[in-house]
Amino acid sequence: MKILVCITNVPDTTSKITFTDNDTKLNKNGVQFIIGPYDDYALARGVELKEQTGGTLTVLHVGEADAEPQIRKALAIGADDAIRVNAEPMDSYFTAVQIADIARQENYDLILMGRESIDYNSGVVHGLVAEMLGISSYSPVMKLDISGNTVTIAREIDGGKEILTANLPLVLGCQEPIAEWKIPNMRGIMTARTKPLKVVEPVSVIEMTEPQHYSLPAPKGACKMIPASEAGTLIRLLQTEAKVL
Amino acid sequence: MAVAEANKIFERSSIRGGEFLIKETQASQIFIPEEFNEEQQMIAATCREFLAKEIWPRLDEIDHAKSPELIASLMDKAGELGLLGTAVPEEYGGFGMNFNTSMLVAEATGAGNSFSVALSAHTGIGTLPILYYGNEEQKSKYLPKLASGEWKAAYCLTEPDSGSDANSAKTKARLSGDGLHYIVNGQKMWITNGGFADVFIVFAKVEENGQTDKNLTAFIIDKTSGGITMNEPEHKMGIKGSDTRQIFFNDCEVPVENMLSERGNGFKIAVNILNIGRIKLAAAALGGAKKVAEQAINYANERKQFGTSIANFGAIKHKIAEMAVGMYATESAAYRVGQNIDDLITAFQAKGMSDSEAKLKALEELAIECAIMKVHGSEVLDFVVDEGVQIYGGMGFSADAPMDRAYRDSRINRIFEGTNEINRMLVVDMLLKRAMKGQLDLMGPAAAVGKEIMSIPDFGADEEETLFAKEKKVIRNLKKAVLMVAGAAVQKFMMKLSEEQEIIMSLADMVIEIYVAESVLLRVEKRIGLLGEERNALQKDLALVYLNRSVEKVNSAGRAAITSFAESDELNVMLMGLKRFTKIEPSNLKNARRRIADELIAKNNYTF
Repeated sequence: MKILVCITNVPDTTSKITFTDNDTKLNKNGVQFIIGPYDDYALARGVELKEQTGGTLTVLHVGEADAEPQIRKALAIGADDAIRVNAEPMDSYFTAVQIADIARQENYDLILMGRESIDYNSGVVHGLVAEMLGISSYSPVMKLDISGNTVTIAREIDGGKEILTANLPLVLGCQEPIAEWKIPNMRGIMTARTKPLKVVEPVSVIEMTEPQHYSLPAPKGACKMIPASEAGTLIRLLQTEAKVL
Repeated sequence: MAVAEANKIFERSSIRGGEFLIKETQASQIFIPEEFNEEQQMIAATCREFLAKEIWPRLDEIDHAKSPELIASLMDKAGELGLLGTAVPEEYGGFGMNFNTSMLVAEATGAGNSFSVALSAHTGIGTLPILYYGNEEQKSKYLPKLASGEWKAAYCLTEPDSGSDANSAKTKARLSGDGLHYIVNGQKMWITNGGFADVFIVFAKVEENGQTDKNLTAFIIDKTSGGITMNEPEHKMGIKGSDTRQIFFNDCEVPVENMLSERGNGFKIAVNILNIGRIKLAAAALGGAKKVAEQAINYANERKQFGTSIANFGAIKHKIAEMAVGMYATESAAYRVGQNIDDLITAFQAKGMSDSEAKLKALEELAIECAIMKVHGSEVLDFVVDEGVQIYGGMGFSADAPMDRAYRDSRINRIFEGTNEINRMLVVDMLLKRAMKGQLDLMGPAAAVGKEIMSIPDFGADEEETLFAKEKKVIRNLKKAVLMVAGAAVQKFMMKLSEEQEIIMSLADMVIEIYVAESVLLRVEKRIGLLGEERNALQKDLALVYLNRSVEKVNSAGRAAITSFAESDELNVMLMGLKRFTKIEPSNLKNARRRIADELIAKNNYTF
């Protein structure tokens, strides 16, 4: 089985976010980057399925060279080879076009990625890729088992859980508890440097969006304590001050 | 290889231990942690991820465990990731990483409290005696299983009446009648990993015809040998989850082929293995300190008093900056030593020495620097945890907040692997011995300083305006200060200097400060060369604050030494000399500390 896992390169979850270029770009200075946490789950399950089925696993990233340490980490975790599409992604559509283009050439049975990236959190790339390839996509996949050509998927839906079966090929957006994150072991780290990392140029895409302005959420205000006996005050404040009622 | 590169390696590998006192080192000659490559950083990240996933969520459980199974199972998990075999050569199932990478691993695994102690005891004092002194059969039998974690190791040197004076151990080994076994009898204490170890490195004195050897001999003893019993785990102030036991050997039969190296070679093995343990301890302490600093910075940002985060108060900023300066200094010096060790190993191998011989010889050569780092690393950690408690305030005293464990666990580092007092004595003792043997020319430079203090002082303004020219002059002068004091002390006491431990402590403090301050300065100079001045403004602050701290320490230690042996004219001349050699241009260190702290407070972490 041929598995493709797409990974994003995102700021560490504890990073302090600031912007540059008139608040139109993330300030990368001093920010530690990591593999997108949801993608990390997809990768972990991908590696397990690769081992189970005796298949191959390619890791794909659409982005610039500064992501290569994260790509090599994916190789250390267990991917066989890697592809980097050398471009700064403009938006989800751009990324999806690049992934679909590679997928068309390689005919993967299973394309895994996180349910969303944790930087721009659009959560639409898996759907777009599937649409472009004319195959099905599901998200958020929390359990994934494969037997022959049949895939069993569990996912949370509003107010419950859905278990369904589907046939390969598929595109899946993954999240915990699909697998436990894997820590690269010493052997993996040492073999990662010998695994191929191919850099390809992007296919051209018409620019569909352009960021105009980013801003940070307003800082958290001070906490107001209302005694339990003054429920009326609480309701009034929720209506007039917090404006949530 | 380019000629310049070859020269650089030659220069770096010709380094002699203790030579920094009489020779100026160039920034290009030292390694700085910023030079670790992607693979080394990935290894460190694996260690940190392992701690975050397996250890930090279980710190309470580990400390309160009633049996050693939990910590042993966590060691198994570390083994699965390959973390127990980083320093073991590939032919014995390890990963054959160089020394400085194993330092990085020690740092990255150093923030695991009791677990870190278990891990470093296994990979260090447990495994290395076999790696460095074992014969081929012993290495093939033990190393692969120790590297994978299938077998765990413990190191049995200390006894109830033999601690710092290790060679006075009473454990005996006598050859059996058939000549096939040594029968070991004795009692060992403070044995880390004792409760679950499969393999014990045991130091005993061979007894023959009623005579006991003067020197120790080392043995590899399997748990299955029989005759091994142990007490319940010790109740300790800290590292409560580390399984520490008294172990009794009662007619324990050890096959003769399990003798490590030669009869009578045990003390040397113990000393050399501890050398490695010392420098690694500095790295591990640094790892622990960084974690505590991160927690303290987080708390300072979260805790609000008088309507604002306490991180906004100058007193707290001062503490955060002082923590950072100390850690940055330990880090700069520790990896400088680590690389020097690697370079010497390469040089000795090139001269035809075996892998083990080269490693041992390199570590012996740099034993002074290893002892310096043990003292510095453990004392920085103690400072950081102490101020960590203080930043946490009332919560710092709560056993439910993280500073409680950090504070208790830190304390052992100044005691084990040779107390800091023993290490201070070693620093001075080794320097003087090398000087006596003519291996290190301290006498010549000391005599020159003696002449200089009798001459008219140099009023400066002669320095060229190169980077750190003034600061380098300060370092050169600090070296003169210690040469002056040490030279006079040696003249005064001759062979009896060893009885003047108070003076030795002061001399050691001076030497330690000089080595570390020089390392910080060289690191920042090299960083500026690599990244430019603009991106090193805060690093310059770190170097400046540390240098000022060192000048004060060298001055006060020098004064303590001089006033305890010099009198009348000699006293006055030396105090004048000390004043002259511990001069530094005043600068606004409060502002420098604020800049350092502000950066860490904004990043909400230790990020240098």
